[in-house]
Amino acid sequence: MGILTVQHVNKRFGGLQALSDVNLDVAAGSVHAIIGPNGAGKSTLLNCFVGRLIPDTGTVNFDGVSLIGLKPHEINQAGVTRVFQTPEIFGELTLLENVMIPAFAKRDGAFKVDLWSPLAGQAAIREKALHALDGVGMADKRDMIANSLSRGDKRRLELAMGIVQDPKLLLLDEPTAGMSRADTNATIDLLRKIADSGMTMVVIEHDMHVVFSLANRITVLAQGTPIVEDAPENIKGNPKVQEAYLGGAHL
Amino acid sequence: MSHAESPRYDGLLLLLFALAVLLGPVILAPFGAGYPDLLQKFAIYGVFAIGFNILFGLTGYLSFGHAAFLGVGSYSAVWMFKLLSMNVIPAIILAVVISGLFALLIGFVCLRRSGIYFSILTLAFAQMSYNLAYSVLTPITNGETGLQIALDDPRVLDAALPEGELPLSNFFGLPMNHTWETSLLGMDVQFNVGFYVCGVILIAAFYFAMRLFRSPFGMMLRAIKTNQNRLAYTGVNTRPYALAAFVISGMYAGLAGGLLASTDPLAGAERMQWTASGEVVLMTILGGSGTLLGPVLGAGVIKYFENIFSAFNKSELSAIFDFLPESLREPVVSLVAAFVGEGWQLTLGVIFMLVVTFLPGGLMEGFRRLFGLVRRGGGGAARTARVPAE
Repeated sequence: MGILTVQHVNKRFGGLQALSDVNLDVAAGSVHAIIGPNGAGKSTLLNCFVGRLIPDTGTVNFDGVSLIGLKPHEINQAGVTRVFQTPEIFGELTLLENVMIPAFAKRDGAFKVDLWSPLAGQAAIREKALHALDGVGMADKRDMIANSLSRGDKRRLELAMGIVQDPKLLLLDEPTAGMSRADTNATIDLLRKIADSGMTMVVIEHDMHVVFSLANRITVLAQGTPIVEDAPENIKGNPKVQEAYLGGAHL
Repeated sequence: MSHAESPRYDGLLLLLFALAVLLGPVILAPFGAGYPDLLQKFAIYGVFAIGFNILFGLTGYLSFGHAAFLGVGSYSAVWMFKLLSMNVIPAIILAVVISGLFALLIGFVCLRRSGIYFSILTLAFAQMSYNLAYSVLTPITNGETGLQIALDDPRVLDAALPEGELPLSNFFGLPMNHTWETSLLGMDVQFNVGFYVCGVILIAAFYFAMRLFRSPFGMMLRAIKTNQNRLAYTGVNTRPYALAAFVISGMYAGLAGGLLASTDPLAGAERMQWTASGEVVLMTILGGSGTLLGPVLGAGVIKYFENIFSAFNKSELSAIFDFLPESLREPVVSLVAAFVGEGWQLTLGVIFMLVVTFLPGGLMEGFRRLFGLVRRGGGGAARTARVPAE
């Protein structure tokens, strides 16, 4: 049994069967990539993990706890942190504040009224946040307003906001989309390092270079169903995968 | 963290603020605003606006019903005068507690929605409160007449007051309406007990807001304003944060209401009208929402206009424009007359439109730009200093 187990998940939007009978087992400490052509249901599946969507049927269990019906903040507090595909940051706050917020949420829980101690005195949290910013190479920009960043930099900030929580499971939705080649490689190195420290990751990614550099398990999703799950070296030559990527079942 | 949030800067700001408040009667005397009644209003509405800004300026939740808490505070304070003592301190404490409980109830319901729906819900609640106070709850609020102190009130602690005359609200024996008058540089300066009670509370309220702004709690509230959805995925339960801000803000309003009753011990339903709720929104936006000083400044400007501009009449204007030739004087006086006296709100409206159009960050943004200009030696580079608008 893995740390994240998904069993018989179905999700329908009107006439579209977005997910049909998805089973997934993510082993603790692994990097599990979910790939597949556009519209295969990758993001829908991820949304079912974080409480944005509730599956019609099926179970999603994390570390022995069902995630179905939990609110987004409860899922995060259970140890699942999501890094968004389109940058979802606190645009009017500084970079440092953007990273301090998840660090506070990790340390103080979902709600704590501390309206007397100055932020400037929160040395431990600041240290953690700076370390995470440094990890994505943005420590020097700590006092900038997040909205003024380029799209690629916003993605890196997103990453820092996820990493700072040191979650049990990190969900990455196309972590390198919109980044330059150099930033992509730096991000791969960073994620590799974090993965080596034992953090479990689920990665959704289009960029095969990223997938094959990081993943030690790959699930291929097509039309809402996992068609293959295997180690990376067996995926490339799999005829079912090539069929799914080269234009669908009717080719 | 930028220099503007360093502890030293904050200390200086607080010191200057306290000085300005305590010297208020002297500073404002040359502007014709140094009399106790208006000074008290500055301080009280300053408290009201600071509290409103904690909700609106930090979380972005725009309440159109804050006057309800002002009214609840006033009623609670007057009841304390009637039942316990004419000392203002227990009255103010009860005003804060009751309005806080009331805000907890209303906030709990209204915060289930955000944006315009939240605003409409708060407006609806405030109008309900107004109508309840005006009619249904007459035994508690004395309806249309308003709640007043009476000779036969029990006043458990003040039994020894002189018979036959209405007692005065006081601060441990010092009557709130007591004023020392003196002459300074040819000006008539009035030091009033009521103003100093309100002023010290304003300084305390400002200090508390400053601590809150700089705290982790304050940062969470700002995060709610920028991206509440993201905050939830970060592991933060956003609703109790917003509710806590709402309650604190409601308690500030109740405090202001309690002070209003302390300076003039009566409470009427009109204090809860939607126009009063709108006024605090204007104050905050005019001064600069989300800034520490802005709301106090906005409250001051609006109360100044309300009291000074509305006092002008035609004959005074004629005297001012006496230097103009007869044929020109009449039209000019009638034109200007539209903007003063009963038309003072027209002036306020024009100023409000100008500020919102050209200084979306309020008067505080104006000061920041001026400051930037001066620091750059009058160069045209001030535009780059512009902070992101609301």
